[in-house]
Amino acid sequence: MTDRERQRALDVAEQVAETAGPAPVTGELPPDDPVTAGGESRSQWRDVWRQFRNHTGAMVALLLFVGVLLFVSVGPYLWTLDPTYVDIRARNSGFSLAHPLGTDQLGRDMLARLMAGGRVSIAVGLTAMIIAITLGSFIGVMAGYFRRLDAPLMRMTELFLALPLLPLLLLMVTLFREPLSQNFGPAMGIFILIVSAIGATSWMQAARIVRGDVLGLKEREFILAAKSIGTPPRRMILRHILPNVMSPIMVAATLGIATAIITESALSFLGLGFPPDFPTWGRLLFDAVDQMVLYPSRVILPGIFISLTVLCVNYIGDGLRDAMDPRIRGR
Amino acid sequence: MLNFTIRRLLLAIPTLLFISLVIFLLLEASPGDPLGDVPLTVPPEVKEKMREALGLGQAWYIRYVLWLKQFFWVEPLHWFDQIFGTDFSQGAQRIISFQSRSPVFDVIAQRVPQTLTVVGMSYVVGVMIAIPIGIISAYRQYSWFDQIGTFVSMIGFSMPTFFTGVVMIIVFGVKLQWFPSVYDTTLVVRDWDSFLAQARQMVMPVTVLALYNAAQVSRFMRASMLDNLGQDYVRTARAKGLSERAVVLKHVLRNSLIPVITVIALGLPTVFGGALITEQVFKINGIGQLLITAIYANDLPMVLTVTFLFAILIVMFTLIADILYGILDPRIRYD
Repeated sequence: MTDRERQRALDVAEQVAETAGPAPVTGELPPDDPVTAGGESRSQWRDVWRQFRNHTGAMVALLLFVGVLLFVSVGPYLWTLDPTYVDIRARNSGFSLAHPLGTDQLGRDMLARLMAGGRVSIAVGLTAMIIAITLGSFIGVMAGYFRRLDAPLMRMTELFLALPLLPLLLLMVTLFREPLSQNFGPAMGIFILIVSAIGATSWMQAARIVRGDVLGLKEREFILAAKSIGTPPRRMILRHILPNVMSPIMVAATLGIATAIITESALSFLGLGFPPDFPTWGRLLFDAVDQMVLYPSRVILPGIFISLTVLCVNYIGDGLRDAMDPRIRGR
Repeated sequence: MLNFTIRRLLLAIPTLLFISLVIFLLLEASPGDPLGDVPLTVPPEVKEKMREALGLGQAWYIRYVLWLKQFFWVEPLHWFDQIFGTDFSQGAQRIISFQSRSPVFDVIAQRVPQTLTVVGMSYVVGVMIAIPIGIISAYRQYSWFDQIGTFVSMIGFSMPTFFTGVVMIIVFGVKLQWFPSVYDTTLVVRDWDSFLAQARQMVMPVTVLALYNAAQVSRFMRASMLDNLGQDYVRTARAKGLSERAVVLKHVLRNSLIPVITVIALGLPTVFGGALITEQVFKINGIGQLLITAIYANDLPMVLTVTFLFAILIVMFTLIADILYGILDPRIRYD
């Protein structure tokens, strides 16, 4: 039995149990359920994980990504130099024991700056992705589930897709930089601005995918069954629709992190990202471009970190997509 | 088909109007002042006059409608005059840049050739690399060629163009000194030598953008070939005794190209967005660089017009992609 079918069987069983007799505790299956009665229990996510482990590229990428995450999160506790500490006498030094990755033009330690920069870059990527995915799934589910909302919401999505995104992002960042940094402080203001700007301009793909899946789901029997017992729309969406469109959302989310990190570093590279004393990988690269002839390592290191992180995230997304697609399962 | 095209064209009008309004309002909300760079010694009355001269005195909706009129009526009339030597646009105000006080479209016309040669070339090169790679990868699925191709294309679209560009400058521009690292836009191709110089300075930006485009297109090509290779008609063609070459290059390739062509058409306008960064890296004074300097200088008419031109490109190429799909695949009917 494929995964989708089993999921459907579970849902129907749940519905049957709900309609007949006293309602069981939610989430528990009736005791005579054929799936759990015999042998080991296999949840959907454990299946996905088993499939995911077979994808060598994705597993290597996952390990590397965890490594990068540890580097930026635990790293600063092990390497305690302050990334903003200016030691002008040690400026432009090469690789040494005191500064393993050298220092920049103001004598700030590159290793510490890379860690601090990575924190911001990854935080931007994750937050922007969460905003984009929440917005996208919400709009996608609304458009797919409520027929009346479909046309206007999809029109809006098409409108957003027709916007020239990078120029608009540049505009938004330059225009609202001042007021936001006055209200929330320079670093936090720019963070809010960049994250919401990226989130607001990258939800469209997720919305389209989710809408398509919801439209397909609506024709299935378990939805009909749930509807026939009078489940209100809110519970229908939260309990029956959303869990079943989780896999495309997860894939879109993973790929969303990658695009958000690239967009943030592109903005920083154009000089429109975070303020100069606030390192991010894109900003470090941008700052080093002026002296790249003399100190190429300062350009290459942050660039490698950006590329490596994005590459890992893309590979993980690829692996997830393969693991969650029941058509490729078991091959 | 004709009905569909006309309907879509009509639908594009409100879309574009809405987009222009969004961009205009965004600019309107900006706290930046186009007169911010004027010295403080200039008295306020004079400043007010300067503001009037820039057309900033009126309410925003009047300025918006005026801009619309200039964009859709005065500019086309002006081009018409230039071609046929008439004088319909006599006395009508064209869209004027705040920075240079010259018509926005004249500045854009100066910049377009640079962007088109580099970006256009890179797209052509990228597609020409991507299609053979996609074909071979799919035909020999899971072979070492496919594995390497997958890996390289993953790297290709994971590396941001500003990083690949900078690395290429360091390696080929500075260390090896093969290619100039700054694009010289004053170069005029007159003879063989200047042609070589032009080719040399185009190598790096074209490679950077082509790598990025090829990475995406080759993935689509591979997926589309794989879809078709498993079809029944392929087995029939082989069973008839057609040569493998004819099966792959005639039957499968033609059918697989249908979705890829639409992807290529859809990708064209976004290339201009990517070119924004590449132009900045190699110091090419194309459209992208024009937009960035205009944003820095608070040159509202320039920013509005260039961004709107990007939007027109996107809407147009989406339409072209849809129409192409309908023409190439007779099974698709839009009704």
